[in-house]
Amino acid sequence: MTRGLQTALARLQGGWQSVVVLVPYFWLLLFFLVPFFIVLKISLAERIIASPPFSPLFQWAEDGALTMRLLFDNFVWLWEDELYVETYLNSLRISIVSTILCLLIGYPIAYGISRARPTARTILLLMVILPFWTSFLLRVYAWIGLLADQGTINNLLIFLGVIDSPIRLLYSEFAVYVGIVYTYVPFMILPLYANMEKLDLSLHEAAADLGARPLTTFFTVTLPMTLPGIIAGSLLVFIPATGEFVIPDLLGGGNVLMIGNVLYGEFNANHDWPVAAAVAVALLVVLVVPMMIYQRVQARESGI
Amino acid sequence: MSQVNDAAAGHYGDRPWLAPGAVPFIHIQGVSKRFGDFVAVDNVDLEIYKGELFALLGGSGCGKTTLLRMLAGFEEPSSGNIFIDGADMRSVPPYERPVNMMFQSYALFPHMRVEQNVAYGLKRDGVPPAEVRRRVEEMLAMVELSDFARRKPHQLSGGQRQRVALARALVKRPKVLLLDEPLAALDKRLREQTQFELMNIQDKLGVTFIVVTHDQEEAMTLSTRIAVMDAGRFVQIGTPTEIYEYPQTRFTASFIGTINMFEGTVVRDGGGLALDCADLPMRLALPEHFDGGEGQQITLAVRPEKIRMSKTQDAGGGAVVSLPGKVRDLAYMGNLSIYRVEVGKAVVQITAPNQRRLDQREITWDDEVHVGWDTASALALTE
Ligand SMILES: Nc1ncnc2c1ncn2[C@@H]1O[C@H](COP(=O)(O)OP(=O)(O)OP(=O)(O)O)[C@@H](O)[C@H]1O
Ligand SMILES: [Mg+2]
Repeated sequence: MTRGLQTALARLQGGWQSVVVLVPYFWLLLFFLVPFFIVLKISLAERIIASPPFSPLFQWAEDGALTMRLLFDNFVWLWEDELYVETYLNSLRISIVSTILCLLIGYPIAYGISRARPTARTILLLMVILPFWTSFLLRVYAWIGLLADQGTINNLLIFLGVIDSPIRLLYSEFAVYVGIVYTYVPFMILPLYANMEKLDLSLHEAAADLGARPLTTFFTVTLPMTLPGIIAGSLLVFIPATGEFVIPDLLGGGNVLMIGNVLYGEFNANHDWPVAAAVAVALLVVLVVPMMIYQRVQARESGI
Repeated sequence: MSQVNDAAAGHYGDRPWLAPGAVPFIHIQGVSKRFGDFVAVDNVDLEIYKGELFALLGGSGCGKTTLLRMLAGFEEPSSGNIFIDGADMRSVPPYERPVNMMFQSYALFPHMRVEQNVAYGLKRDGVPPAEVRRRVEEMLAMVELSDFARRKPHQLSGGQRQRVALARALVKRPKVLLLDEPLAALDKRLREQTQFELMNIQDKLGVTFIVVTHDQEEAMTLSTRIAVMDAGRFVQIGTPTEIYEYPQTRFTASFIGTINMFEGTVVRDGGGLALDCADLPMRLALPEHFDGGEGQQITLAVRPEKIRMSKTQDAGGGAVVSLPGKVRDLAYMGNLSIYRVEVGKAVVQITAPNQRRLDQREITWDDEVHVGWDTASALALTE
């Protein structure tokens, strides 16, 4: 182990380079792996009335032996209770549909930006990033104002005579979709743009020269060449959207249940830390699978 | 190759532009291309006939690629018209033109294997799969890439990529093939072989080629006609022989091959006219084709291989120029040697075949020699 590390460091030539490489690893270890193991530990504990409200992992038994208690009840409970399975599936459905919507909206925008003149391109990119300058919560609240029964959209539609009485927009799945797509579409646009900017225009010319009409060129050249951007953008939308809880809470108003809301409820309302932790661990497993598929695809691409 | 296809294509096979009533296949009419204020192609007229292998020769940035791109349909001419096979190409999109282009940057599809790259154009034409496979294999065999069919472009060397690009353009057998520096990255053997194949394809399929090249030797051996370009204009258009033996301008003369140039003023000398060149110890007789007059500033140009050199003075006389000089430098090239002879204040370059071995040669460094040429071998250039 130490020797492996030594040779690895030696290969990096010079102390500073190894420091530069090690810092992010240390960061990940400290702020991702350690918390994860704490959550994992809690998920294998039992709820007790104490502070903290879960049973310890290690305990001195009466005969003086150190015992370790791992309880898988919480995971069995998640699997057996329909509520959790249904909510997981619901979250996945909402985040998959949102990802597809983000892709359909973000792809043409990213393409347009990457083909704009350099000066216009900077302004357009700035407009994509601009919403991040205000608080996320504020922007979601703004949607309440827009979508409410007496909100801007209903008022406008009534004023225009399209409808007589307000239609139900807020506190529905529709509102949740609006919120998620609105919030996450920049995360789709930016990696797509980064990918498309590098796209060699002469490839389009070569395709046209060989007899491909614009649509054929799109499907045979543009789309496959932008696939890495599509995958990166989709993961950046899909993963946080699955765990989203603010948007379904504020715009779904309890009518739309996503796994993040369940987790929040177990933790805050029920004070059942172990079940909440189990929900979080299960969510991580659900999200790690698509990431691993992505890794595999990438590894195969860079191979032969 | 010059006389090979005469029998097949009639008397004018190799010089279709001379045939009576010949109709040009590609007609470029007063075409200009401006990028902002910059004029990349400047009011160009050109007629290219079916089955020609037309070479575009010129320095970097003179507008060769831009001209090809207008033919392929990637750039609209700022003014002027392009006709291919009688049809006006204005607003005809690239995918509907009977033209294929091999890109200077190759533009291979990086996500496709070599065979998929080559098959791409055939699939767009709806060629049945079995035939696509057959033609792709045939073409890959021709460019010696059969063993690389399943590789991706990034796994190939520069020369291999170039051959894929060539195969991809050739496989569709278009009416017009535009090749932008098609052979630049190939080694000598493969280049000669591919040149031969190009001529073969031209013969067999009657494809009209327009080839951009930097390599004048390639232009000389390959093409039926050469257009020499400079700053977006054609300086001269002609057969390889015409371009080499009778360049009309200093630019063409110095661009194709090497040439000795003597600048001076035309003066009356005895019965006729002669060139008074400040750098030379004596006046130079002018070739008969010179029709200018006294006082004109001209350049007399002589190819290095047309100059003789000996230790004894030539007979001299009206038809021969003879100058005394001293060998300053010589370079051994194997089959021939290049001599640099100091004549007055000028340096004359001479090439001569190595008829004897290196250690037995007659003339060497610092020898006093006489250099001379037939006046008919020289050119009087006024532009
Ligand atoms: N899209 C463009 N915008 C502005 N200028 C351009 C553009 N394309 C070409 N040019 C300019 O036009 C001139 C001719 O370019 P072109 O590519 O035709 O040269 P070329 O003869 O093919 O040169 P080379 O032998 O180096 O390939 C160059 O000076 C180039 O900078
Ligand atoms: Mg070029």
